[in-house]
Amino acid sequence: MTALADAGTPPIDDRSVGRDQSFGSEVSTGMGRLGSRLLNVFAGLALAYLFAPIFVIVLFSFNKPAGKFNYVWQEFTLDNWLHPFAKSELFDAFVVSLQVAVVATIVATIFGTLIALALVRYRFTGNGLVNLLIVLPLTTPEIVMGSSLLTLFLNPPQPLDSFSWAWNDERGFRTIVIAHILFCLSFVALTVKARVRGFDWSLEDAAMDLGARPMRTFRKVTLPLIVPGIAAAGLLSFALSLDDFIITLFVRGDEKTFPIQIFGASRVEVSPQINVLATMVLLVSVGLMGAGTLRKARRDAARTPS
Amino acid sequence: MAAAVGERDATGARRGRFAPYGLLSPGVIWLALFFLVPLASLFQMSLSAKESRFDFSPDFSWKWSNYSDAVSHFSAQFWRSFQYAGAATLLCVAIGYPLAYVIAFRGGRYRNLLLGLVVVPFFTSYLVRTLAWRTILGDDGPIVGLLQNTHVLPENGRLLATGISVVGGLTYNFLPFMVLPVYVALEKIDLTLVDAAKDLYSSGWRAFRKVVLPLSLPGVFAGGLLTFIPAAGDSSTRSSWVAPTTR
Repeated sequence: MTALADAGTPPIDDRSVGRDQSFGSEVSTGMGRLGSRLLNVFAGLALAYLFAPIFVIVLFSFNKPAGKFNYVWQEFTLDNWLHPFAKSELFDAFVVSLQVAVVATIVATIFGTLIALALVRYRFTGNGLVNLLIVLPLTTPEIVMGSSLLTLFLNPPQPLDSFSWAWNDERGFRTIVIAHILFCLSFVALTVKARVRGFDWSLEDAAMDLGARPMRTFRKVTLPLIVPGIAAAGLLSFALSLDDFIITLFVRGDEKTFPIQIFGASRVEVSPQINVLATMVLLVSVGLMGAGTLRKARRDAARTPS
Repeated sequence: MAAAVGERDATGARRGRFAPYGLLSPGVIWLALFFLVPLASLFQMSLSAKESRFDFSPDFSWKWSNYSDAVSHFSAQFWRSFQYAGAATLLCVAIGYPLAYVIAFRGGRYRNLLLGLVVVPFFTSYLVRTLAWRTILGDDGPIVGLLQNTHVLPENGRLLATGISVVGGLTYNFLPFMVLPVYVALEKIDLTLVDAAKDLYSSGWRAFRKVVLPLSLPGVFAGGLLTFIPAAGDSSTRSSWVAPTTR
């Protein structure tokens, strides 16, 4: 996932400049015509594999299941989309998920961005340790993280005992938020770090040479330049938080998030409303991502004189 | 935030005395309290002589035999986890490498869009995706029907609740973790090297094997780690969900 952070958000200096930009044109890796075609077909199939379940999710949001389980296609209906919130438990759980995701994303984005700025801008002792510390949670299996957090919340060891007011001595909304901030933090720190790495810090010097105070420099020069990276990180952690199941399962107490509700109810009922809500989430996140990409493309286009 | 203009080293990083620690502290404290401390107490618990881990009386002994017990009790599960994760990792390389290759070298200006497409499916919930796989691989689903008609599967054979569906699900879930690092590695390759190889009369395939492949191996390795470790951890959860009987 570190690589996801690195690759999903290309650094500011773009290598693609000067390369052949037209789609499908082979960039001289020289391969037979046939082999090259086959490779393209294979890549297309791989993308189809990635999108198969998505297609099914969207399609089955229009299904009218015969029984309680929305597994087999019966007939087309718009009912589910007209009544997306018909299942009240499902909708309540969805709202809880959104609340958790908002709080966790805000806190994780702030903390993670601060870490990234410190790592990229400053040279200090303990640099390597901090780098290790932010990568470690990503390599820890979720089940380990979840169960260790559960033991913490059940029986806080000495140094943490005095903090247990923070979760009111019971598991629920607060413990879920604490856990989600924890795993989002690393993603944010790594994503922002990857984006900020190519940043030209001499711009700050230039601003200050022109008489801007540090705070003003940060607000007018630094922040606008790093905001896209921070926004991408925030979006990523929002998606992660909304999606988390395993860790939440351990720390949730009686609280129910969207995935927990789906899992809990799946033995008795799999309603098409699940698909409707999932499709909505997908549309919103794709929309946000598309808007970001479009904005970047426009800016790049404006920058390069044609 | 922005400290007064300080001295910089060659990479342009500042030498800060307090500022970096100030910036780091909230996040690092969070990680220490809620990640390192629980891990340490989990470790401590793993060495205790208690019968139940919900027994919290302060008793601690260096009972290393817990570890050998765990391995001997759950060796079948451990082994199966590693097998599934290994198979999924290999499949991820087989599917992800060509995909990353096509995106990196033939994506042209659609490269970012294609990379986005690789990630988009993961903006839907893990559980909802799994439910969708249930539909696809289900006993009445299109794939089982096709395989039964072509006699690849026996008459009442199924895919759900088998190792195949577990490996398929793991592969699906971790494919982006392979595609993205491989893409990053391929993207960095200086293509004039390939031109050079061809100028020296290397065939396309040979140029790939001798130039592109070795240079992209670090990406494959990184992707392998990112796939294998979480997949090994995840297969336990996944098998209980997709395949209740292969537990």
